Amino acid sequence: MIVDILFYITALVAIISGILVITGKSPVTSALSLVLNFFCIAFIYLMLEAQFLAIIQVIVYAGAIMVLFLFVIMLLNLQDDQTLFEKFDLKKGFAVLLTALFLLEILYILPAGTNSSAGVSFPELGTVEAIGKYLFSEYLYPFEMISVVLLAAVVGAVVVAKKKVD
Amino acid sequence: MNHNIDAVIALSAVLFGLGVLGVLTRKNAITIFMSIELMLNSVNLSLVAFSRLHNDITGQMLVIFVMAIAAAEVAVGLAIVISIFRNRQTADVTEINLLRW
Repeated sequence: MIVDILFYITALVAIISGILVITGKSPVTSALSLVLNFFCIAFIYLMLEAQFLAIIQVIVYAGAIMVLFLFVIMLLNLQDDQTLFEKFDLKKGFAVLLTALFLLEILYILPAGTNSSAGVSFPELGTVEAIGKYLFSEYLYPFEMISVVLLAAVVGAVVVAKKKVD
Repeated sequence: MNHNIDAVIALSAVLFGLGVLGVLTRKNAITIFMSIELMLNSVNLSLVAFSRLHNDITGQMLVIFVMAIAAAEVAVGLAIVISIFRNRQTADVTEINLLRW
């Protein structure tokens, strides 16, 4: 019961911070709202008994990725963007219509899909031990591939962003 | 703890819709990247919800790989934004038309 109330409060905060991300006037407002959104999602991961992913969400997303965003905002010194509802033209109206249609579609097919609450829980499913066991046995090949992808991305980012010296 | 998985999937759908709206309406490249992050996170949320529903760890493994790809994508994307800003003094995607003929 109390867990349900907690979930709905967290979901409400997540939706409000998501709206702030796409309507915020300055990029810094958007970035900080996005951090709040990531924390809410990490909290919901905890409720879904994915403990390791909740920690990873806070460290990788709310930590590393958002710091990268804030550094780039600081480097670029951007002007304030115009928000969604000032200067509302045909293109934006079409975007809102498309999004509403998409959302209605998903919410319409939703009851046909799962229509069940989760049964008995296995809290040991999302622990570091379980994830590590699968990561280094069954998913070893994708794990190695993802490390190569990350290396390529790091080298690519440095090459693309660096100033041309000759 | 018996969770209503449908509510989590509905939350994920709403967050994905917000991300789509952000990508379609904003002009600033940085904000568009943040909206993409919002969408990636909503997909991760639904994957974790399904993992909980079926008591199967595959969904959570997929989330780890999606996170790694998201980190790589952000690093390369922001590097491209910096590189374009250095040449054009703007991060407005409507003014970046290098590949248009």
